[in-house]
Parts: sequence; C-alpha cells; structure tokens
Amino acid sequence: MSQALRGFAARARTERGWWVAGAVVVVALIYPFIVQTLQVLPLIGDFVPRTGSMVVMLVFTMMALGLNVVVGYAGLLDLGYVAFYAAGAYTAGWLASLQFEDVTFHFGSTISNDQPGIHVSIWLILALAGVFTTIVGIVIGLPTLRLRGDYLAIVTLGFGEIVPQFVRNADSLGGFDLTHGAFGIAPIDSLGVGGFVFRSESNRDDLYYWTAIGLILFTVFCCIRLRDSRLGRAWIAIREDETAAAAMGVPLMRTKTWSYAIGAFFGGIAGAFYASFKAGAFPADFFFNISIFILCMVILGGIGSIWGVLAGGMILGYLNIEGLSTIGAKAQDAGLDFDPTKYQFGIYGFIIVVMMLFRPTGLIPERRHKIELVEAVRDTSFYDVPTEGALTDRDPSDD
Amino acid sequence: MTTAVAALQRVRSSSLIDTLGLLLLGTVIVFLVFKFFEDPTRFLNVAVIGLTTGAVYGLVALGYTLVYGILQLINFAHGDVFALSGLVASTIILSVFGLDEDTSVIVIVLGLLATLAITIPVFAVLNATIERVAYKPLRHAPRLAALITAVGVSFIVQNVALALYGVDFESVPNFIPRTAAIEIGDVAIQWNKLAIFMIVIPVLLVLTWFVRSTRQGKAMRAVAQDTEAAAMMGIDVNRTISVTFVLAGALAAVAGLVYLLQFNVRYDTGFELGLIAFTAAVLGGIGNLTGAVLGALCIGLVQAFNEGLDGTPGGDWTRSIVFGILIAVLVFRPEGILGERTPEGA
Repeated sequence: MSQALRGFAARARTERGWWVAGAVVVVALIYPFIVQTLQVLPLIGDFVPRTGSMVVMLVFTMMALGLNVVVGYAGLLDLGYVAFYAAGAYTAGWLASLQFEDVTFHFGSTISNDQPGIHVSIWLILALAGVFTTIVGIVIGLPTLRLRGDYLAIVTLGFGEIVPQFVRNADSLGGFDLTHGAFGIAPIDSLGVGGFVFRSESNRDDLYYWTAIGLILFTVFCCIRLRDSRLGRAWIAIREDETAAAAMGVPLMRTKTWSYAIGAFFGGIAGAFYASFKAGAFPADFFFNISIFILCMVILGGIGSIWGVLAGGMILGYLNIEGLSTIGAKAQDAGLDFDPTKYQFGIYGFIIVVMMLFRPTGLIPERRHKIELVEAVRDTSFYDVPTEGALTDRDPSDD
Repeated sequence: MTTAVAALQRVRSSSLIDTLGLLLLGTVIVFLVFKFFEDPTRFLNVAVIGLTTGAVYGLVALGYTLVYGILQLINFAHGDVFALSGLVASTIILSVFGLDEDTSVIVIVLGLLATLAITIPVFAVLNATIERVAYKPLRHAPRLAALITAVGVSFIVQNVALALYGVDFESVPNFIPRTAAIEIGDVAIQWNKLAIFMIVIPVLLVLTWFVRSTRQGKAMRAVAQDTEAAAMMGIDVNRTISVTFVLAGALAAVAGLVYLLQFNVRYDTGFELGLIAFTAAVLGGIGNLTGAVLGALCIGLVQAFNEGLDGTPGGDWTRSIVFGILIAVLVFRPEGILGERTPEGA
C-alpha cells in the first residue's frame, strides 16, 4: 500500500517536473515577444535582461552544462575549461572570416562568393567546432587524466593558461599568422540560411536567441541521455569510488577521456556559436577567471544536476552580463558608492565558498550526489596519505 | 614484495614516457651548454637574475608545499595572501614609517624588520583564520570540495586587495643598493640580489629545522602521515594544522616584503606568481621543503634564460613554458625532482 502510494507520489513528482520544464520552454520561446512588456513593469522591469543578454547567458549556461559532464558526472575538476571555449571560437574564426585571405573557399556560406578567405556555413562550423574541440579534449586528456584529482585540476589550469597565451602569440608562428594575435579574428560571419542572414535582419538578437534555445535543448537532451546511459553510470561510479569502479571492470582511462571529450564538445559548440554572435574571437575573452566563472555556475546550481546547472548558469550569467551593473546603478541612485562589477570575481568567489560550506549540493541538488555527500564522505578522507604509486592513477592495464 | 612487483610494472609501462622525457630534458641541457660556451658572461649574468627570481618564488613555493604536505590541499589563496602582504608592507614602509632612499642604513634595516614584525603576525593569523573558516569544515568532505573552496577564497582575498589598493602597482624605493657586491670577471652579483639569498637560505634552514627537530614539527609530520593515528597518540590535529597555516602565513608575509623590495606589487600579482610557485613546488616534489626551493630556482632559471638568451621563444611565451614544464613534470615524473614527500622527511 505504502509502496503504491510512494510510486504514485514519485510519478506525480516527475510529471510535475515535466510540466514545469514544458512551461519554462514555452516561456523561453516567446521571450523575445514579451521582453518589452516585462521591461516596463514597475520595480522588476529594470532587472529584466535584454534578448541579446539572454543569448550570452544561454551560451555560458551551455558551457556550464558541458563542464558539468566533466566535473559533475565524472568528478574530474577541470580548471581550464576556457581552453575548449577558445578552441571552438577560433574554429569559427578560421573557417568563417577573412583570416586566411590567400585562400578563397566558400561552402554554404552567407557571404557573397567574391569575398576572400574561408567561409563555411556557420551551421556546419558548429558541428566542426564540436568535433575539433572533442579532439582537443582527448589530446589534453590522454596524458593528464592519469593524474590524481588535484593534480589534474592544476594541469587543466595550466592548459587554460597556455591556450590564451598561445592564441595571443600565434600571429607569427614561423611567419604564419594563425590567430591574428591580440587583435583577435573579426569579423566572423553570421548565422543564416541562404540569403536570409541573421546579421542583416532587424531582429538579429531574437534569431540568435532561438538558435541558442535550440542548442540548450539539444545539450540538455544529450546530458539526460548521457547521464542515464552505460557511460554515464560508469562516470558516476568513478566519481563515487574510483577503485571500486575499476574493480567492477570500468575502464578508467577510457571512461574519463570520454567525459573530457564530451564536455569539450559542448564547450566547442558554445564557443563557435558565441564567436559568431559577437562576430569575433578575441584572446582577451579566454582568461582563467572565465573557467572559474563557469565552474561557479556548476557549483551554485548543483554539481551533477542538469536542472541545477541550468538555473545556476542563468543566474550567474545574468549577474555577469547585466545584473551586477543594474544593481550597481540602483546602488548609485540610492547614494551608495559601490560598483559591484569591479568586484564580480570576488562575489563569485564568495558564492563558491558559501555554497561549499553551507549547501555543497547546490541550489537544485542531484539526488544521488546529495546522498554521496551525506553518507559516503567518511571513507574518502581528506587526508589520505599518498602511498607508493598513489600519485597517479597509472595502472598497467590502462596502457 | 608486492610493492616491488608494482614498481617493476610501473617501470615497464612507463619506459616509453621516460625516454621521451629524458630526450626532452637532454635537448634543453644541450641547448644551455651550447649557449654557455657561446657567451659565458651573458649566460652567467642571466643565470644570476634567474636564481634571484627563483629564490623569491621559492619563498612562496614553501608556503604551498607546507600546506600540501599536511593536508594534500592546493591552497590557491596562498598566492593572494602573499600579494596582499606585499601591498600592506608597502603601506607600512611608505606611510607609517615614511622610509625613503635618504634614510640612514640602520633606520632602513630597523624599519624593514619592524614591518616584518607587523606583517608576519597579521598574515599568520589571517592564514590560520582562512583555514578555520573555509577549509576546516570541509575536512571530511571530498577533496575536490576543499580545492574548489580554495579557489573561491583566492578570489575573495584578491578582491579585498583590489578594494583596498585599487588597480595600481605599489612599489618602494631601492633601499638595498644595486651596486655589485661580488664581482668575478664581468659577472656581477648585486647587493639587492645577494640580500634575497641572505633571507631565503636562513628561512629554509630554520623551517627545515623546525619540521625536523621540534616537537611541533614532529606533530606535523605525524599528522601528515596518519591523522587518525596521530590523534590517537594525543596529538591535537586541529592545532597542528593551524600551526602549519600560521607558518605558511608568516612565510607569505616574508615573501611579500622580499618581493616588494625587488618588484612592483599589484592586487593580482599573487595569482600568477602563486601558479608559478606551485609549479615550482610540484617540480621539486610537493611536500618537500628543499625540493620547493630547488624547483623554484629551476623555474627562475628557465624564465631568465627564456627571456635573456637568444634563440629561445622569448618573454611572450614564458607563462606557456612554465606551465608546459608543469604538465611535463606531472606526466613524466609526477614525484618531482627530489621526490614527493609529506613533511616527515623535510
């Protein structure tokens, strides 16, 4: 009896969840039509983000979802996620701009055919960027994923630092201008279908916005399917207890590399999309703080929780692009001399610490991760002393 | 027996990686030897610069390695505590004591010592407070939780420095003359460089002595080895960890002053320098005090050679090279030059 009741309650809960999700999607889809109405509302009107800001928020949320695959599912701390973002953005830069003027190659592009440079359809580039960053993820992952958790964090951080410096300096690699240095690559072509180019439309932001919604839905769908797949269960097993997972026959290296590759895939697509939206890829966009910013989204929302990361990403994305400056302006009006945008990373740091101390499972916790934090933590002691060979996860069978 | 078998297997499986690593190292050494014979004076002068920078990195690296040795936590905030201490020291020197280049030598020395007497306790307490507030509650949480928190604390400290000092660089006049103290041929070691070694070497010796020979040091080693057993033997684990953070904070304060005497300090100085220092600690073998300084000297040399010699990628690439080294070390020889150690070996 009680079991039947519980089953019913569970189904009601999931069904309600789907209703909520459906409602959110509908509101999200009509957002560009209602934004102007919302913006004139009393009190909250000033805090309603523009559609253009929403695009940026969605892009960062997509990256957060990608990072969630690495940090949340597989439990590998990646402090250099910005490298994948950069790889995606520069893929778009290389394949859809005047960067390589000597070559003239057009493929489904929205640019007229007499323009020099490589111009591939941005739609195709989104896919290509995904594939390219996946490869980058595998290349970074293969040598490093053997390392113990915190060493992995440091190495990814290293890559996250090397990549921006590389793109900044790679304007004369043996005389070859690969990235156009500190100036970045601009302009990058817009999305479009045939002669219908998003850039030339008056509602460009709206069109990009709907595309971004489509990308987010795709990402969320992939994340759900991945989480429930064999691979996803292997990730969670590794996150919970690596040794036990290995003993149960989970191939550690392959599984971890997949999480890297797939996390990178979404980062790359988001990067390419964002580069097209901003019509440029600039090295100044790819600094360490962005990696932390995206990580902060994951932590705020709930490590491993798709809905949580969605919420966390949108909240922090909003604060970053509009919220803090709006709050700052309000504070100025109220006579306070405080500019929160200047201290944004201090604020994110504060959010990280507070969340870790008081609600480590995040705003919308993932059930399983919550159990893990409450019950299983005692066996992974904070101070396990490294024993012989404990530094790396290197296992002869992995090679 | 099992250990031996495991070691054998490790050797076999990683022989290819080892060969690659040795090849890489060999290329660098051949290049340096070649450069030395091309122009010995320049080479040695650049080396002096590198060793000095390395010694400063070493002071910061000691703080990382000390904490890592006992908690296996990369205390990201350490770099920012160091930078903040440098900024505070600049205020004390310039505004409180009002020292400038014309002040007599004795007053300068006393003033600098007095500055240390203020900053050391302040930052020791600050560092211990950070541990109490942010890291201690997470001691039983998964390791990544503490690591993520450390990143958060790092940003907070950095922004406190930003709020207090703004975005400008702070610097002090050249208190220590930049004239040559030792001159061999055309190779000169200036007083200000020598002074750094006169600080770093005693600090390393005292620290080593402390960890190796004192009661408190013994407690630290015990906690690092086996916390539960140490607690059962009556060691106050919390106190021991606090002492470690106090020590690290004191080191950060010393490093802040030393760095300030050489270079300019800004609110975000600590972040990048912290990463370099951590790289140094990993290179030397994390948890190993001597290793941290040795690794830092290596990093300093690499940086100086890269920026000062011809035929290298040049200053634009320094950061990439340092992190490239970090990645290479972790891939090829994760235990570092002198071997990973918790403080028991010092």
